[in-house]
Amino acid sequence: MTSKPLKQIHLAAHFPGVNNTTVWSDPKAGSHIEFDSFAHFARTAERARFDFLFLAEGLRLREQGGKIYDLDVVGRPDTFTVLAALAAVTEHLGLTGTINSTFNEPYEVARQFASLDHLSGGRSAWNVVTSWDAFTGENFRRGGFLPQQERYSRAKEFLATANELFDSWHGDEIIADQATGVFLRDAKAGSFVHTGQHFDIHGQFNVPRSPQGRPVIFQAGDSEEGREFAASSADAIFSRHATLTDGQAFYTDVKNRLAKYGRRPDQLLILPAASFALADTDAEAEELAREVRRQQVSGATAIKHLEFVWNRDLSSYDPEGPLPDIDPDVSGDHISKGRAQVRMYRDPLATAREWRELAAANNWSIRDLVINTGNRQTFVGSPATIARTINDYVQADASDGFILVPHITPGGLDDFADKVVPLLQEQGVFRTEYEGPTLRHHLGLAHPDAADDRVAS
Amino acid sequence: MSATPASPLHLAVALDGTGWHPASWREQVARPRDLFTAGYWADLVAEAERGLLDFVTLEDGLGLQSSQFGELDGRTDQVRGRLDAVLTASRIAPLTRHIGLVPTVIATHTEPFHISKAIATLDYVSTGRAGLRVQISARPHEADHFGRRTFPPIDLGELRSPAGQERLTDLFDEAADYVEVVRRLWDSWEDDAEIRDVATGRFIDRDKLHYIDFEGRHFSVKGPSITPRPPQGQPLVTALAHQTVPYRLVARQADVGYVTPRDAEDARAIVAEIRAEQEAAGRAGELLHVFGDLVVFLDDEQSAAEDRRARLDALAGEPYTSDARVFTGTPAQLADLLQELAAEGLTGFRLRPAVAGHDLPAVTRGLVPELQRRGVFRTAYEADTLRGLLGLARPANRYAAA
Repeated sequence: MTSKPLKQIHLAAHFPGVNNTTVWSDPKAGSHIEFDSFAHFARTAERARFDFLFLAEGLRLREQGGKIYDLDVVGRPDTFTVLAALAAVTEHLGLTGTINSTFNEPYEVARQFASLDHLSGGRSAWNVVTSWDAFTGENFRRGGFLPQQERYSRAKEFLATANELFDSWHGDEIIADQATGVFLRDAKAGSFVHTGQHFDIHGQFNVPRSPQGRPVIFQAGDSEEGREFAASSADAIFSRHATLTDGQAFYTDVKNRLAKYGRRPDQLLILPAASFALADTDAEAEELAREVRRQQVSGATAIKHLEFVWNRDLSSYDPEGPLPDIDPDVSGDHISKGRAQVRMYRDPLATAREWRELAAANNWSIRDLVINTGNRQTFVGSPATIARTINDYVQADASDGFILVPHITPGGLDDFADKVVPLLQEQGVFRTEYEGPTLRHHLGLAHPDAADDRVAS
Repeated sequence: MSATPASPLHLAVALDGTGWHPASWREQVARPRDLFTAGYWADLVAEAERGLLDFVTLEDGLGLQSSQFGELDGRTDQVRGRLDAVLTASRIAPLTRHIGLVPTVIATHTEPFHISKAIATLDYVSTGRAGLRVQISARPHEADHFGRRTFPPIDLGELRSPAGQERLTDLFDEAADYVEVVRRLWDSWEDDAEIRDVATGRFIDRDKLHYIDFEGRHFSVKGPSITPRPPQGQPLVTALAHQTVPYRLVARQADVGYVTPRDAEDARAIVAEIRAEQEAAGRAGELLHVFGDLVVFLDDEQSAAEDRRARLDALAGEPYTSDARVFTGTPAQLADLLQELAAEGLTGFRLRPAVAGHDLPAVTRGLVPELQRRGVFRTAYEADTLRGLLGLARPANRYAAA
């Protein structure tokens, strides 16, 4: 009998975010801004031999109904700065940061990632996101300058330009021979010229080539354009398709797009975000999962989430009462600003109809409805159940691993590290020691060779 | 020496590559091949902390270093390339406990929103030891790295012409707006904005978050910051200034200004000018430090320091010159000079080690004990924050209701 060799699982830790997945009201919930929380979280991930830590980013506080949204965790650090500090308290863990390509310039971002890669000994990764909104743009010198249809075109050119900057040093320029007095082999080190639709820059880049050559590139968008962008340019996808069938469909779709860019399936990893409810037994885990979802959706949160669909002020409604009789307002500007989630509801009138029917059929209040139509935890069960499920999904090509999103800061990963990871290690599908120094080693990705790329292009 | 107890001095060290002399990298102690590693910078800052210094500054730039003021020089015999200073400071913060970390940021080409949260984060990471040194860039080749503005060629002579002064004034005005935005964003969250009120489900009291609504000639920024108010409230703002236009920036926006007096008389004149500008800016009652910048070659014997300087100049092929006064001598002589300049109103000094691997330890192990013997430098860290070390109170939030 022949069988496929077992795939090795990749695991990452998403620092709990500024949305209602994160339960701040739990007595165990700590600070979301003090460095100790980040250090604790990173050390847990490294103790468990995770591939990397993942940080999201948002550049304007969310608003709803013209007011700053106050029900979720609000406030977070600067991505680059906190990752650089985490490099000091870890040795192997990859450090992945989300950085927007719309409200930055390639030269500066390339400097920051190349610097982070040096300062971490080759552990940096960049989740390239793009936006266009004038709302976020109000915090920046250039404002919301980008038409929506151009955001991927700018993101692609931004990344291509950053890659040109990373590759402008080849790694052999610094001689630093104290005897002869030659520091640089070539006075033109770091030279670059980029002329394109979005960027017209030239000069010399001032950070020598970093240990990984370039940071590992992540992509997170789910649209047709996002998938093509990932297939052409990314090393990994941070996806939202974490169920078996959804995951398999997405996996197949994206991996099949690689060939036309001359890339192999193993050159792009698919890593969905996954939440979990872990307890000693499956029954206890089910109970915990229910309890956490009630914590995640308070009465006030339920009303606000209903407003995403209704696009109206529903503050006069009782969260424990029935759904509104009035229809969503589809006429104007959206009530919620700075939140990608609201774009999911493409036909609010149909969603409202469907939800009223669901609520009536199940005798659900507004809060029950929001809890039950919201995301259930991806993995619910005992350590053995969760380890088995994760392994089954990966071996069945629903993903190459998962980016775990705990709901408690900073200790939400501790039990997973102590109870689930050892089982995966026993099954021989997860590393027991780091095998190399860089994130590219952990992910099985080649280190790019700038000189070769130069000849090839 | 005067009979009255001298007021204590503050000491900072400016870190730049292997040191400020262009041939410093060729010294045995220099470690030029480690320049792009965290360990190199961690070792230097640990040495500075051993000497109880107030803070270190980290130089930065958005282009390769050059021996020419306004353009690249094509040289291969000096250190070229550097790491981002904010990230280097942050990488070191968890490894140190007391010393302040003050990276350089370039206002001309960067976003005040990003820098504000980056320095706020550095303040969280260091639990209250962050600052920034704000710098402008008039260099055309650095503007070309961003492609958003075109700057005409410049040299030092031209900058002294009326047209050059106008350009400089414009860039410094922009930098002043930039710092204003950075500071407002630090205050855009009141200290007690995070309430975690389980009863109402509210994580924050949004009445304690504030739009900054900055509208300036160069940009507008809405706010609030995404990062809560940092531990120090307002991290330290510093700037180097050589003439009236930048003195004005120091007087309007800084907590520490670095100046470059030639001698005691010059120091007195500079301090007087900055104090007058400070008053004009409406900050007369506020503590504003004025530090003297000096390049130092320090050895136990003056002849050894002079020989070392001569040897480095020979390697460089030309005598070393600087915008700052260059001191060559012993720790006791330097202590004399610092006290002489301090008597003219300077409150501290930022020393630029000619060779980081030699002159930094000479500061921490030679100069510092000498100043301690004279009773003008701390013998232990007396505060947990950088503002605390400098005698600056934690400021009230400009947006908080009194």
